[in-house]
Amino acid sequence: MTTVWIVVIVTGVGTLALKAAGPVVLGGRPLPDRLSGVVTLVGPALLAALVAIGTFAEGQRLVVDARVLGVAAAAVAIRLRAPVLVVVIVAAAVTAGARALVG
Amino acid sequence: MAEPSGERGYRHGLTSSLPLSVAVFGFGISYGVLALSVGMGALAPVVMSATTFAGSAQFAAASVLGAGGSATTAILAALMLNARYLPLGVTVAPWLEGGLWSRLLHAHLMVDESWAIAAEGQGRWNPRVLLGAGVGIWIAWVAGTIVGVAFGDALGDPSKLGLDAAFPALFLALLAPQLRSQERATAFAGPRIGAPPQAVAALLGAAIALVLTPFTPAGVPIICAGAACLIGLGRET
Repeated sequence: MTTVWIVVIVTGVGTLALKAAGPVVLGGRPLPDRLSGVVTLVGPALLAALVAIGTFAEGQRLVVDARVLGVAAAAVAIRLRAPVLVVVIVAAAVTAGARALVG
Repeated sequence: MAEPSGERGYRHGLTSSLPLSVAVFGFGISYGVLALSVGMGALAPVVMSATTFAGSAQFAAASVLGAGGSATTAILAALMLNARYLPLGVTVAPWLEGGLWSRLLHAHLMVDESWAIAAEGQGRWNPRVLLGAGVGIWIAWVAGTIVGVAFGDALGDPSKLGLDAAFPALFLALLAPQLRSQERATAFAGPRIGAPPQAVAALLGAAIALVLTPFTPAGVPIICAGAACLIGLGRET
């Protein structure tokens, strides 16, 4: 419970600091080129890491299980430009279906 | 017209945000359900939606906590994902008026969607449209989260439902447009940051995370994957 609230409060304050740094601290000045070049790549790197871990990690082990099918189905849904909620439901449904068939 | 924006600017922003708000509402429902499924309780996800107000970071924090990661790891992962708001904030800063509280409010309501709606092209942003759109999306996001935590319990065993696979699916859905379009990157970083470096950063990030998984505590591989963004350093000239 406490861990969760620490995360909620610190992330909230930190996020506002990141959002407000430009408007409040920097005023109209631009970011250094090098910094913005790096910052734009943090998102893709972290999101891809979250996809990889969420698909293959079970604790500290790497496994291939029903989740792979769910994420593959999600990739197809994304390709077909499905809304995010549909993508999530497809992934969950395919994974649940695969588990029901095997187990 | 003597006064081209004013009230009309706010309303225009709110109206423009409505189609997106439907999607954001659904997204909020999935956040509520998934946050509840990893043991965040019902109130914390709602408070987080209202205060942090940033989808991918909130999902990342939930995902790290769900995997047994520490508070520090969850916070770092979330804040690194929100680092993109630093350059977004810089782009809108010159167009904001008013004092500290007004600027903080605009900053808080600046998310990817409201930022995009308020863009008028050629590096101009309309602060009233930003505020109107931000309010619409904020309401949809918080309301969706409330619905998600309210009905999440009724769904039953998260693993049987395949909710663990919903996390990576969702991150993939957030990643895809970043690889597809370079419009945003070029808006503030110049044309040299295009799709290819983003794809390289993504592949590198995934590889780092998988390699580190057996050797580090939960969440740490995700933070280390952020180092992949350093390839952006070598791209001067």
